[in-house]
Amino acid sequence: MIRATINMRLHGTNGEFQLDASLNIAEGEFIALFGPSGVGKTTLLRCLAGLELPEQGNIVISGETWLDTAARINLAPQQRHIGYMFQDYALFPNMTVRGNLEFALRKDRNKKRIDELLALMDLGELQQRKPETLSGGQKQRVALARALASEPSLLLLDEPFSALDAEMRTRLHDEILRLQRHFGITTIIVSHDVGEVYKLASRVMMMEGGRIVRQGSPNDVFSVGQTSGKFRFSGEILAIEPMDVLFSLTVLVGNQIVRVVAMKDEASALHPGDRVMLVSKAFNPMVLKLD
Amino acid sequence: MTVDWQPLLLTFKLASVTTAILLCIGVPFAWWLANTRMRFKPAIEALVSMPLVLPPSVLGFYLLLAFSPEHWFGQWLDRVAGLRLAFSFEGLVVASVIFSFPFLVHPVQAAFQNLPRSLTDAARVLGKSNWQTFMHVLLPNIKPALLSGTVLAFAHTVGEFGVVLMIGGNLPNETRVASIAIYDEVEALNYAAANFYAAVLFCLSFLILLLVYFVNRKALK
Repeated sequence: MIRATINMRLHGTNGEFQLDASLNIAEGEFIALFGPSGVGKTTLLRCLAGLELPEQGNIVISGETWLDTAARINLAPQQRHIGYMFQDYALFPNMTVRGNLEFALRKDRNKKRIDELLALMDLGELQQRKPETLSGGQKQRVALARALASEPSLLLLDEPFSALDAEMRTRLHDEILRLQRHFGITTIIVSHDVGEVYKLASRVMMMEGGRIVRQGSPNDVFSVGQTSGKFRFSGEILAIEPMDVLFSLTVLVGNQIVRVVAMKDEASALHPGDRVMLVSKAFNPMVLKLD
Repeated sequence: MTVDWQPLLLTFKLASVTTAILLCIGVPFAWWLANTRMRFKPAIEALVSMPLVLPPSVLGFYLLLAFSPEHWFGQWLDRVAGLRLAFSFEGLVVASVIFSFPFLVHPVQAAFQNLPRSLTDAARVLGKSNWQTFMHVLLPNIKPALLSGTVLAFAHTVGEFGVVLMIGGNLPNETRVASIAIYDEVEALNYAAANFYAAVLFCLSFLILLLVYFVNRKALK
């Protein structure tokens, strides 16, 4: 059970604004802090971790006060017992994969946990490697394993998947879900990817300008006033070719290449490299079940 | 020609003691300088860099004044610690530490600043104290800078002349280091001895710098 209110002035790219958020999170929930960059998501996470001190605020976790600015209580990050996954992974370059995990272990814990995590994350073969020799996805898994090594009561993930390609993301999404359920650990993830939030979070808090403007299940939050009968995809034009009286556009949408038809006057205004929005009626699409 | 090894031995004793002291105070100082948000930071940085631009005689002159038994600081040192720094080996050590300070602090400070902040954050979140973080995370990751800073400070102390001359004079076994001995032998038209000291310093300095560049190139790979 987490209750927190955080209040502080922030300097964003568009000038100063006030971060003013209160959180109320139940044990075992998977929360997503969602919003564009520069609205205070990461700062909020850092406040929870104790890496940033808000001007006013309090944080109470399972009856234990971590922060109470009025009473001048502020637990150091060392005493808060959290797992934190950094955007740049922050793996220690001087230690091996195993070394990174062992460094994270609390003193009195036995090393079985390390072996368990290495096996769980499929890192056994890499355990003697140094971080600089790992690929992005592997670093990611090590960072996640390290965050879990100290058996934290709260797991904080700061845009952990932003630097990965789509396929890797999907794999790690599955991984993180599996681990979150395995350990039943309360988790907060910062993300600006709707698909990711849909897939992972049980509850979304949508942030704008330092405030939480909406919260609820991903379905509720993202479909308020936005449900539409159309598909929209944004993509980039790769090629335009004439076809009798029409034109054929080759468009890159995500990592898929689609070919669509355009009228002559539409095509004449377009050039390869242009960003375009494709809109199509969602009437009678084929629906195929996955897994 | 009988060779007097004393000046060379004294030079390396001075450089070793100076470098050891520098490591103890310079590395924590560099860390502090890399992290402080103090308003006077530029002033402190300028002060640290002064030995790079000042003629050694200027520094030597003021240190000589301060160390003199006539001066309150010299009197105070004599009374409290029984130290007389002017024209003594201890005085040379103090002067060399000040004089070689930037050679150690600059590379180490730059290396600390280049480490991602998230490394410190990660260690703290993992429950590590500042000391553990410093020893196990920060220091091991600035090894090349630590090495080049140490070697440069050592080499620079070996090559020091002006400051030593000002506050050390030319006392055999006490302050007569190699660079002074060269000057002395040349004055006495004893070119063979001067050549010996000079050649040793020349070769040694080259080897030391070669080591630094060699190791740094390896570290960059």
